[in-house]
Amino acid sequence: MNTAKPPKLFAAQEPIFPRRVTGFYRTFKWWIMAFTLGIYYLTPWIRWDRGPALPDQAVLIDLANRRFYFFWIEIWPHEFYFVAGLLIMAGLGLFLFTSALGRVWCGYACPQTVWTDLFILVERWIEGDRNARVRLWKSKWDLKKWRLRLTKWAVWLLIAVATGGAWVFYFTDAPTLALDLIAGTAHPIAYSTIAVLTATTFLFGGFMREQVCIYMCPWPRIQGAMMDNETLTVGYREWRGEPRGKKRVEGAGDCIDCMACVNVCPMGIDIREGQQMECITCALCIDACDDVMDKIGKPRGLIDYLALSDEAAEKSGVPPKPVWKHILRPRTILYTSLWSLIGFALVFALFIRADIDLTVEAVRNPTYITMSDGSVRNTYNLRLRNKHGEPRDFLVSISSGEVLRIELEGQPNNHVIVPADSSFIQRVYVTARPQDPAANADTTALRFWVEDVLNGERAHRDNTFNGKGQ
Amino acid sequence: MSEHDKDIDTETGVETTGHEWDGIKELNNPLPRWWLWTFYLCILWGVWYVIAYPAWPMIKGATEGYLGYSTRANVEADINAFNDKNADLRAALTEVDLTKLEEDEALSRFAVAGGAAVFRTNCSQCHGSGAAGAKGYPNLLDDDWLWGGTIEEIAYTINHGIRNEIDPDARWTEMPAFGEILEKDQISQVVQHVISLSSTEFDTAMAAEGAVIFDEQCSACHAVDGAGDRAIGAPNLTDAIWLYGGDEQTLTETITYSRFGVMPPWGPRLSQSDVNAVAAYVHQLGGGE
Ligand code: SF4
Ligand code: SF4
Repeated sequence: MNTAKPPKLFAAQEPIFPRRVTGFYRTFKWWIMAFTLGIYYLTPWIRWDRGPALPDQAVLIDLANRRFYFFWIEIWPHEFYFVAGLLIMAGLGLFLFTSALGRVWCGYACPQTVWTDLFILVERWIEGDRNARVRLWKSKWDLKKWRLRLTKWAVWLLIAVATGGAWVFYFTDAPTLALDLIAGTAHPIAYSTIAVLTATTFLFGGFMREQVCIYMCPWPRIQGAMMDNETLTVGYREWRGEPRGKKRVEGAGDCIDCMACVNVCPMGIDIREGQQMECITCALCIDACDDVMDKIGKPRGLIDYLALSDEAAEKSGVPPKPVWKHILRPRTILYTSLWSLIGFALVFALFIRADIDLTVEAVRNPTYITMSDGSVRNTYNLRLRNKHGEPRDFLVSISSGEVLRIELEGQPNNHVIVPADSSFIQRVYVTARPQDPAANADTTALRFWVEDVLNGERAHRDNTFNGKGQ
Repeated sequence: MSEHDKDIDTETGVETTGHEWDGIKELNNPLPRWWLWTFYLCILWGVWYVIAYPAWPMIKGATEGYLGYSTRANVEADINAFNDKNADLRAALTEVDLTKLEEDEALSRFAVAGGAAVFRTNCSQCHGSGAAGAKGYPNLLDDDWLWGGTIEEIAYTINHGIRNEIDPDARWTEMPAFGEILEKDQISQVVQHVISLSSTEFDTAMAAEGAVIFDEQCSACHAVDGAGDRAIGAPNLTDAIWLYGGDEQTLTETITYSRFGVMPPWGPRLSQSDVNAVAAYVHQLGGGE
């Protein structure tokens, strides 16, 4: 019989205390953090004048009125393909970067990484660097520990509230909402959204951190499919570093086993064990090791951006491929072309977007009716969209190879005034007199025209007229 | 499990589950503990949910739940809130002088939109969802009206209905069944005359005979020229529109047995604002006068 305990089913989270590091990548990441957080927090406050009838917020997702404003661009619900296109571009962009540079998104730009970075920065300011934090973690819950912990949590909470708060500003006029929020008169949805996002930011940035990347996020699993031997990721030149050792003996590798790379890692792993699924390629271990290499007078790059295909070459003393050769390969070229194709298509679509928008829906219940004088009438619903900030006067007309007459419900002279920034449904009757060929034909092609009376801009849509031959 | 059953992966030193696919083994790493707690929290949430919300199906309905939540009640509250919001417009629509409705654009739009909904619920069964009617049920889209196509006439028809015993003010006319009055060949002659009023394909000799009979028997209601009389709901026989059909057989049937179309009075069933709304809706369908 054996008394060995069965393996544990559940493991406690290992605490990680990333040490401060300086260097090229760290500086670069500070800039990215400032840039991305700046965009996130400040964008809703940018103003953009669109005239009196429209909101003057540069970026606004107006769900109630179903409009999306982005500076000079205004997207209506029927143009949602722009948003779909942008999302596809974002996806392809991620594919491209992942196949070229591995998990760069994770390491540099992912909100989880950026906010965790910010939270760790706060942690270090308040509780000190790695060693102090380890000591504090081990120490009893005395007054000092309570004071430091509570201060840290308070600052985290502040950042979290600001994060949740910034989110809601994208959906309504920011200055108005800010005053309402303070006065306690904002919509409950605004408060609950802020509450939920505050809670997730606080929890994910302060406590869950690497757990989110390892266990919760699906993206790392998907990324594996886009990486191959040519992908540049953070790696350890094991052939140069091993055998590692603190003693500088003959034949020893360059790694002095100082653990700097492990201590700075926000994921708590040892890159010297090779590529592993936890690594978000934040490149902080590169900075840490380069620093060490400088100090002991060895060339930098013991930990570096490497491709698996370089390993064999470097081991046998052949110089590795240049970076551009790693990046330029069929896969990345394909992603880039798809990405730019959609991009061009979207820009093109944006520029050819008509100012007048017309759709025609033929009423086919019933397909046609007979009038008392024997003439045949079809009914159509025209949807006229006025994307201007002022009301516009449209003249509606038809053209066809056959004789047909047009009449507008409630508009005696075929003019329709469409109010500013809105769409208007106008019922239109088209009639063929009994003696007209269209009355007895099966179907007759016709074209609807709308013309802006002021500037002569025109738009048209084709449809058919049903006769008695049907 | 005995000690030597354990399969330890050499690379990681972690025990495997013993499952193997094409040489790939599954490591038996422990789950994070927060995951376990999340799982427990979900169970707790489930228990709370069952207590707070309708959950267990019983023979009749389900357990009510402590919060008394009900989607049906929510819908009702939504409808009430909507009606309250439009209370002013509804009041105005009840009082409105229908001939002046079009001048008030907002009220008119409200009436037409609401009328469309009332129409689909109450009127479409006979008149069709597109208001195109069917054989025996008038088409409301065209410009032919039995009792008048002004908005007040339409509203009157909706309020009181046609040939019903419920409302003493219902519109009422009755065409006699001429099968009891005229001979079969006389009826055929009248049919030819009626066809001649709107068509060029008829039997001239029979129509001439029929004209005489029409003059005697039919012109009192349908007028000498067959143009009908809206005051008494007598259809115009000279136009291109036939409620039951303008062919020989149908006309013979109509004259022999007569027709008796019925419409219920909606005044007692609908609110006055709804009646006015439907009237406004029907009036703007394309044939209103
Ligand atoms: S191993 Fe290096 S690159 Fe990977 S997460 Fe850790 S510090 Fe970042
Ligand atoms: S930082 Fe560099 S020298 Fe230090 S342990 Fe890591 S790889 Fe070795």
